[in-house]
Amino acid sequence: MIRTSALTKRFGPILAVDGVDLDVREGDIYGFLGANGSGKTTTVRMLLGLVLPTSGEVSLLGRPMPSSAHEVLPQVGALVEGPAAYPQLSGRRNLAVFDAAGAGQGSGRRSRRRRIEEALDRVGLGGIDGRPVRAYSLGMRQRLGLAAAIMRSPRLLVLDEPTNGLDPQGIGEIRTLLRELHATGTTVLLLSHQLAEVEQLCSRVGVLDRGRLVLQQELDEICGPTGRIHVRTPDADGARALLDGQVEAATSTGLLVRHPDAGELNAMLVGRGIRVEELTLERRTLEDAVLAATGTGSDRVARP
Amino acid sequence: MIAVELGKLLRSRRTWVTIGLVDALPTLVAVLLAVTDLGPRPGTGPAFLSAVLHDGTLFPLAAMAMVLPLFLPVAVAMAAGEAIAGEAQTGTLRYLLVRPVGRTRLLAAKLVSVMAFVLLTVLVVAATALLTGTLLLGHENTGRTISVSGTTLTTGELAVRTGLALLYAMLSMLGVAAIGLFLSTVVRTPLAAALGTLAVLVASTLLLPLDAAHALRPYLLTRYWLAFVDLFRDPILWTNVVHGVLQQCGYVVAFLAAAWANFATKDVTD
Repeated sequence: MIRTSALTKRFGPILAVDGVDLDVREGDIYGFLGANGSGKTTTVRMLLGLVLPTSGEVSLLGRPMPSSAHEVLPQVGALVEGPAAYPQLSGRRNLAVFDAAGAGQGSGRRSRRRRIEEALDRVGLGGIDGRPVRAYSLGMRQRLGLAAAIMRSPRLLVLDEPTNGLDPQGIGEIRTLLRELHATGTTVLLLSHQLAEVEQLCSRVGVLDRGRLVLQQELDEICGPTGRIHVRTPDADGARALLDGQVEAATSTGLLVRHPDAGELNAMLVGRGIRVEELTLERRTLEDAVLAATGTGSDRVARP
Repeated sequence: MIAVELGKLLRSRRTWVTIGLVDALPTLVAVLLAVTDLGPRPGTGPAFLSAVLHDGTLFPLAAMAMVLPLFLPVAVAMAAGEAIAGEAQTGTLRYLLVRPVGRTRLLAAKLVSVMAFVLLTVLVVAATALLTGTLLLGHENTGRTISVSGTTLTTGELAVRTGLALLYAMLSMLGVAAIGLFLSTVVRTPLAAALGTLAVLVASTLLLPLDAAHALRPYLLTRYWLAFVDLFRDPILWTNVVHGVLQQCGYVVAFLAAAWANFATKDVTD
């Protein structure tokens, strides 16, 4: 769906994006992570042809960008760095204006009204009146931006912080909406700096750090077991004596044991009369993986 | 995209307020002339103004001569300055481009929209002026009009020449629009683009009467703007009109090319 090779963007002396090889496959919900200023938005702008790369290539839906923008972009819905609308027009009128501005797959005058109402319903603005967008709250603007992105049933959705400005319920609604769209075959590229959001939604993750793609992996692989097992037991001392050498750390409720098989470990402990309250495989968290892969955020400017 | 832009133009309250304001000046002049009956002496004051006291049907031309040097270019500079920088400022530019609307196409649609605005303004000004002129100043129902040279023109001749004059005024405004559009692709705010365009106008107006700037004179933007008055001489004095057309075409081509070259390769980061 999206493939870049050695994508690089330089703004004067600043290297904003540095040799990024992004690979988003059809059917992914791809979480694109990175601190503020790490180059996520610049990368996305290059994907969409808004910013021209200094070097490197972008292929979107199998076609080169920006030269094939006219064939490709009608099948892409995007929310780039916050929603935007004509403030003096109503939400419906805005959707109609943007729809009429372009052509291509999924658009068309006849179905416009229906598509507008469907999109508004899906993002929870179905009952909105004719007030101008100027009078919308941040959350309403965000929903309107999403409606604009989905109203042509795109094959690919590129969403930059789609839940910005929404309350927890709103965030839940949007998550459900994205899952529904994904279930009907939409590939999603989700930019975020909220790890929890990505962990809940995404199947694949890429992490950008100061312009470089430092991690790109399936979420399952990232959050795989560490090979350690947390044993919760009131008989910690007994267990420690028994598992000498395999215990790597003690916690307030039990022990962290390096062991290849939880079932075997359990049987052994119980066989020796040690009470086991809980056995859990320790898993890496996304946060650990991201922190291990990145340095400090680029909005932190320390003295040299 | 052109239809969308025209729709936005016609629905915008600002369009009509601006036209109303531009239109207010000649209307005020018509009222003042009618009330006081004090016209400028022939050969002084704005073109045609001394003639309209006798013939109100000439008032549309007098009105054009009034709004063309300043009011209309200010309105055009605002509209053209808004074109790209305004979209960039509201953030709608990036959404138009990913819709996708081709960059050249967007630029063309904006230019058409600005010129439609000029046409609309000119037509409204001319129509109101005709109305106020005939109602307030009356007209001599002779079917003949005195030309600037003192000979008479038939109504048919007058109509053709008025049409030419309007085309000429439109071309003059196209020059302003091209500069505004170019600046609109360069700067980040519509205000800066509009003021930059006005700066060019003001500079041109200031340099024109300056003897030291004599060598620059043929290239100054506003040099030939009022040459449309020559269309009402008998016979028509073409020299300045032709110079004006060539010069404005030069401005239009140069600045539109610059606008296109700049915008087509620009990184849209706002």
